[in-house]
Amino acid sequence: MLGKLDWSAIPFDEPIPLVAAGIIGLGVLGVLAWITVKGFWPYLWREWITSVDHKRIGVMYIALALLMLIRGFVDAIMMRSHQAMAVNAEGFLPPDHYDQIFSAHGTIMIFFGAMPFVVGMMNFVVPLQLGIRDVAFPTLNSMSFWLTASGALLVNVSLVVGEFARTGWLPYAPLSELDYSPGVGVDYYLWAIQVAGVGTLMSGVNLVTTILKMRAPGMGLLRMPMFCWTSLAANLLIVAAFPILTATLAMLTLDRYLGFHFFTNEAGGNMMMFVNLIWAWGHPEVYILILPAFGIFSEIFATFSGKPLFGYRSMVAATLFIVVVSFTVWLHHFFTMGAGANVNAAFGIATSVIAVGTGVKVYNWIFTMYGGRLRFATPMLWSVAFILVFVVGGMTGVLLAVPPADFMLHNSLFLVAHFHNVIIGGVLFGLFAGYTYWFPKAFGFTLDEWWGKVAFWLTLLGFVLVFGPLYILGLEGMTRRLQHIEVEQWEPWLMVALAGVVVMIGGVAAQVVQLVVSIRRRHELRDTTGDPWDGRSLEWATPSPPPPYNFAVIPDVENEEAYWSIKQSAIRSQSLGEEPDYKPIEMPRNSPTGFVTAFFSTLIGFALIWHIWWLAVLGLVGAYATFVVFAWRDEVEYEVPLETVVEAERERRAAAQAWLAEHGGRTA
Amino acid sequence: MSDSSLDQDFGQPGGSAPGEERINTGEVASGLRGYALGYGLALLLTGASFLAAQSDLIYQPAIISALVVLAIAQMGVHLVFFLHVTTGPDNLNNILALAFGVLIVALVVLGSIWIMANLHHNMMPMDEFMQHLR
Amino acid sequence: MSATTASGDPRHIGATTAGHDPYNLGHGHAGHGAGVGSHREGGMASKIVVTGYGFWIYLLSDIIMFSAFFAAYAVLSGETAGGPSGADLFELWRVALQTFLLLTSSFTCGLASLATERRDMVWTQGWLLVTGLLGAAFIYLEVDEFAQMIGEGAGPGRSAFLSAFFALVGLHGLHVSVGLLWLGTMMAQLWFKGFRPDILRRLLCFNLFWHALDIVWIAVFTIVYLMGAGR
Repeated sequence: MLGKLDWSAIPFDEPIPLVAAGIIGLGVLGVLAWITVKGFWPYLWREWITSVDHKRIGVMYIALALLMLIRGFVDAIMMRSHQAMAVNAEGFLPPDHYDQIFSAHGTIMIFFGAMPFVVGMMNFVVPLQLGIRDVAFPTLNSMSFWLTASGALLVNVSLVVGEFARTGWLPYAPLSELDYSPGVGVDYYLWAIQVAGVGTLMSGVNLVTTILKMRAPGMGLLRMPMFCWTSLAANLLIVAAFPILTATLAMLTLDRYLGFHFFTNEAGGNMMMFVNLIWAWGHPEVYILILPAFGIFSEIFATFSGKPLFGYRSMVAATLFIVVVSFTVWLHHFFTMGAGANVNAAFGIATSVIAVGTGVKVYNWIFTMYGGRLRFATPMLWSVAFILVFVVGGMTGVLLAVPPADFMLHNSLFLVAHFHNVIIGGVLFGLFAGYTYWFPKAFGFTLDEWWGKVAFWLTLLGFVLVFGPLYILGLEGMTRRLQHIEVEQWEPWLMVALAGVVVMIGGVAAQVVQLVVSIRRRHELRDTTGDPWDGRSLEWATPSPPPPYNFAVIPDVENEEAYWSIKQSAIRSQSLGEEPDYKPIEMPRNSPTGFVTAFFSTLIGFALIWHIWWLAVLGLVGAYATFVVFAWRDEVEYEVPLETVVEAERERRAAAQAWLAEHGGRTA
Repeated sequence: MSDSSLDQDFGQPGGSAPGEERINTGEVASGLRGYALGYGLALLLTGASFLAAQSDLIYQPAIISALVVLAIAQMGVHLVFFLHVTTGPDNLNNILALAFGVLIVALVVLGSIWIMANLHHNMMPMDEFMQHLR
Repeated sequence: MSATTASGDPRHIGATTAGHDPYNLGHGHAGHGAGVGSHREGGMASKIVVTGYGFWIYLLSDIIMFSAFFAAYAVLSGETAGGPSGADLFELWRVALQTFLLLTSSFTCGLASLATERRDMVWTQGWLLVTGLLGAAFIYLEVDEFAQMIGEGAGPGRSAFLSAFFALVGLHGLHVSVGLLWLGTMMAQLWFKGFRPDILRRLLCFNLFWHALDIVWIAVFTIVYLMGAGR
């Protein structure tokens, strides 16, 4: 009846996951109870859960990402403290549990922390920057989000019911095959990633179509803001790379469930094929993460330098160069697997060459700042720190791209330090910068600057303290994922890294405090004009937060800095121009399709993990029925009445007029 | 490349949907005639492939190349006559997307084959390795 | 022809009624990718172009997924582990028949789209039905082949070669089967709702899907069967 599921699935003998799960469970129950008591369910259902508004979906993506980042960070704290206590000692985590923690840490951080954060940011910002009202396929967008959430839920369920994979963030075969991982851990991994991966793929299709087929009139491709370009690039990579992940994990699933022999030791299977295929996805994946971050930095450097982005076209060219070349470097993840010198050399050279594209970008950012009127608000601090930190991460990357060096450093903490250096120092700094930069657009008030700066400095300091020592430990020969350490000399550096983690905890706490303080002070921090940073692209042309339809009248784009030129001409002429002829606006109706489909997907995933076949069938039938119901509906749009549009616009114009009167003398 | 020419070429979000065909454009690949012609050509090329694989008409070592050429030709026929990638007035966006897809397919398949052949050459086959262990 | 109309899975591009233009761009009419040349640069494409393009991108990603299975097949095709090889197993008459069925179904699918252009319900449904039946016959032959091979002890667990074979050919078969389910659902919908713009867009997407499966099959019969069967 319940397949492999019985009471032994719950780890009563392991206190740490049980207590953790208990705390999370109580927290979730508390939140649910609070929502029920306050009577928020109808509001949540109507305005968020069934919403197909790209802004709401973007915010939900980012909320999910922030939660998962904290979950992954807790894993990180446990690993660092365990290693610091495990030099010639027991530590506090048994090997079995430690392996699950490093696997969960990587999986959660990449798939459910960084990815939803990036996708959410693109979802929120891209349609606003393009001057349009929503993405190409709004309901599909909602489904993408809920599938991602469904995957995250499955991973977190594994904390209490059963176990998580012990095979690392990429389940290398044959360790992940049934012979060596008979439990449900790898199955949790496979189904969670498959469900979330489908969501990501659909989101990629959606955004590529949006950017290529729906832009404000006058916005040619070479007039798009840089963030739209890098989003286009990242989504092209999603569309091209995620199917490979799906295929590879499907092969492993067939091996585990139906006795296939893709990656097994027996019957001619080839485990090296798994490594090959997974990295054919894995390397483009890192560019999927970093390219949108590059776009965020480009926007921020231009805004806070008060200058157009330097070398716009070289930036576009470098981005597209990275898209193509990122598919020719994947072997550098397994230089040591035994390919010949010619293959290793070819991929090593390609890897070094791809750094050129990033180099171009770094110079462009520096030249954007050169001669500008710099304002060091929090987003700018993250960006400047990024350049410094990322150059170090890039250089260690080029070092690892040299095959002989890689033979020495492969699988060491040097590698761990390198990819944390680029992912935290690049992706995460970019996302935090974008979070502070666009927060007022999403919620109508800016984030508290003082706490933002505290968070920035603590995170930067903590980051250097953690990963500096890991570089050194790697050079001294310490390999990654060690549960037990026997080299005394490594202990001081592990202690420094642990101290760094403590500082980073302060950084994370400061971010939480920043959010709470900002919400409390929201009336002082209110953004009345919709343009708190003196921005240059179209998202700042709408009120904060924007109305559901984004723009009452679709703007006409004249050049590369659409909003900046509108703003300057308004300042010159001291007028906002004629009030245009408003019309009622058709917007897509909300739909529970995404949520319901994700519900059934969760059922299917859980059923397949535990071999509960009837439940899986039930889930499939449910998902199909949901599609049919959705396809059958007759009304898909609602009309925003003219009065609502006019009222909102008058308010916006009044605020803009007041701003003009105040800043009358200032021209650029 | 000037801004305007680039934008006219592929900065155009309009264009036509892939697979959408224009009747009355008078092109060969449109309408019933287009489908019939495509069907005929496809059957012919399929027949040629089976023949090439199963008969002595082609020099033995060249059979693989012949099959590859015939398959690519037939894919082209399908793209033109069934998917209408050429008959729209602005198809550049569709074709660029297709070209990107083909490039990735080629990189993944050929790259994997190259890498795996190299590994195969250098590494002991798994079966022998397992026997070695025993 | 709104470009923001709700849509979901590519099969279920949201329903909308033609005739209104929320962007006030004044170009484009549902069903024909107008908007061409009616503005300088940028601007909104018509709904059918957006939907078709989105589905096109999805198809490319699907083909990349197939390419991973092709790569696996190419690498593992020699690993028979002492079991039967392609030359022992493949029956070319079956493959030829399957190819013929699928090619013909592609042709009738095209005929259905021509009937749709004429808004001819009977012929549209008729050709779609023929397309579906041909697809079902194809699936029957494939299932029969698989059953026969498994019966002979040449199932996917026998060797890496057979694993790669069953996965690749089965993946294509799975696509055809899902296509049949989609086709049936869509035919019912067309029958009850008529030639609504959203249904027209779904028909266009189905056409793309079906023809794309044919293209994948060309690669399958060439690489797997013809090159594998030997002589």
